[in-house]
Amino acid sequence: MSYEFLPHTADVKIRAKGPDLESVFMESAHALREAICGETRVSAVAGRTIEVEGCDTHALLYNFLEEFLYLLDAESFLLSRVTSLRIGKDLLAAEIEGDSAAKYEFSNSVKAVTYNDMKIEQSGDGWIAEFVLDV
Amino acid sequence: MSDEIHLEKVSEVEWEIPMSGRMVVPARIFASERLLKDMKEDRCLEQSRNMATLRGAVKYVIALSDAHQGYGFPIGGVAAFGQDGVVSPGGVGYDINCGVRMLSTGIAVKDFMAKRSEVLREIFRTIPSGVGKGGREYSRDEIRHVMERGSEWAVERGLGTREDLDRTEEGGRMREADPRDVSERALDRGLPQLGTLGSGNHFLEVQSVDRILNPAVCARFGLDQRYVNLMIHCGSRGLGHQVASDYIKLMEREFGTADLPDRELVNAPIGSDEANRYISAMNCAVNFAFCNRQMIMHQVRQVLGKFFPGARVSLVYDVCHNVAKFENHEVDGRKMRLCVHRKGATRSFGPGRPEVPACYRDIGQPVIIPGSMGTASYVLAGTVKAGEMTFGSTAHGAGRVESRTQARRQITAEDVMRDLKRAGVEVSAFSKKGLVEEAPGVYKDIDEVVRVSHEAGIGSLVARLKPLAVMKG
Repeated sequence: MSYEFLPHTADVKIRAKGPDLESVFMESAHALREAICGETRVSAVAGRTIEVEGCDTHALLYNFLEEFLYLLDAESFLLSRVTSLRIGKDLLAAEIEGDSAAKYEFSNSVKAVTYNDMKIEQSGDGWIAEFVLDV
Repeated sequence: MSDEIHLEKVSEVEWEIPMSGRMVVPARIFASERLLKDMKEDRCLEQSRNMATLRGAVKYVIALSDAHQGYGFPIGGVAAFGQDGVVSPGGVGYDINCGVRMLSTGIAVKDFMAKRSEVLREIFRTIPSGVGKGGREYSRDEIRHVMERGSEWAVERGLGTREDLDRTEEGGRMREADPRDVSERALDRGLPQLGTLGSGNHFLEVQSVDRILNPAVCARFGLDQRYVNLMIHCGSRGLGHQVASDYIKLMEREFGTADLPDRELVNAPIGSDEANRYISAMNCAVNFAFCNRQMIMHQVRQVLGKFFPGARVSLVYDVCHNVAKFENHEVDGRKMRLCVHRKGATRSFGPGRPEVPACYRDIGQPVIIPGSMGTASYVLAGTVKAGEMTFGSTAHGAGRVESRTQARRQITAEDVMRDLKRAGVEVSAFSKKGLVEEAPGVYKDIDEVVRVSHEAGIGSLVARLKPLAVMKG
């Protein structure tokens, strides 16, 4: 697993790691999925493409992660995994797979992504991202 | 951590962070020594100091006895701004109008206990809570009407009574609420969730009166040791969360965050277009949450009516915990109209205030303070002193001490169920993870939190309640 949950009293703090920026974004989404539905295994039944804009990498990460909360609430779509991801100038596109949330028993307490303590930076041979979810 | 922050003792339950650096007012902390120790464990004192740097803050900013670290403002934080001040979404929170309503039922405790399991099962079956398992489907126009009219929308459809509206803060409807200020994305998120309980720290609880602390006021609030009560705790769901996010982003774009000690204090000047639109959108989310709680109460009435025909289920009161409102307050002899931000804080208006429903105006509003799942809850009465000291505010609940990750490491769902069972509480929960993260031990001591409110004079104790059955989303 390329992410971990860090201590934080009221909310959920995540640190994701990867060899490059794209993979760290992907792992961030997988961490968010675990924050949403725990260790429930979600089948990769349906695929889709998502695109988000952002004026910098922090905004891109914020909007990328928020998209999963949107899909969950608005379309009852629960993420299984991100299969590919491309970051361009102010734009991110990703291929994702997931399933209908109604098929799973879980209780989502994640309300929002926040900019609290957000970090995206190179570390050693790779990249890390840290962010806090409001729960 | 917040150890280096200098505090001056004002009384046994009040401390002050004096003005220094960029603070424009001091910060007043309501806490006992014990609760203060908890507060020093996270950044809430530092956040209180940061709150006090915001332009136009009046008198002092406040951290109440259950305060803990939040987004920008601490949860359990109150700040009021004059016309030259600001509006800040972090001062309201993501779960706009997370709040609680309390019902009296006239159902005898022993009668309820005899049918407890079936009633809980039926409530769990009837009230949608899990993700993707919403109830009825609503149209976008219906949601817009809900955002405009709040609880009134529900009552007009036969999902409540006019008395319910009288006994809801703001009559269940904020007036300046234009659905055009709410994004389509927020509407998308709210659409499948109207009438649902949600999860996290949201729950529905059946309770009995454990201790009467003010017999006369108990009687006036309709609280009686013979009968069960019910609390419904939830907010504006994904709609409110998206409104908060949208406007945080908008304000960052328009005003930036460079001059703020903390990016999360992003704000807009009162009177600016962005501030007005945020307030309007926030009010829409407030109305959505009021309507939500009204609809859930209606379902509860149906279920209770099935098992206990003739039961008279009444609303005691409904209060907001996360909101910003324009209110009249007197500060050092001057009458002012202030934008009061209450984030994880409850309004606590005393006798005489016109905002308090006529039926309670001579005694002060009910202040409903749910404990965390399975622990004691309290009802207090608002006070005149709260108006003088905290812009009419008091604590909202117990506040967390332990993170969810810690909880998951140390506690199992079986532990929680067993402890609750031992305490005589039956639980219906949608997920084990949700149960564990909300275990009673991860919250502060609610008895101490309300004792401080009482001693400070910002909320006077009326009754202590204990849980009999809990439904968690």
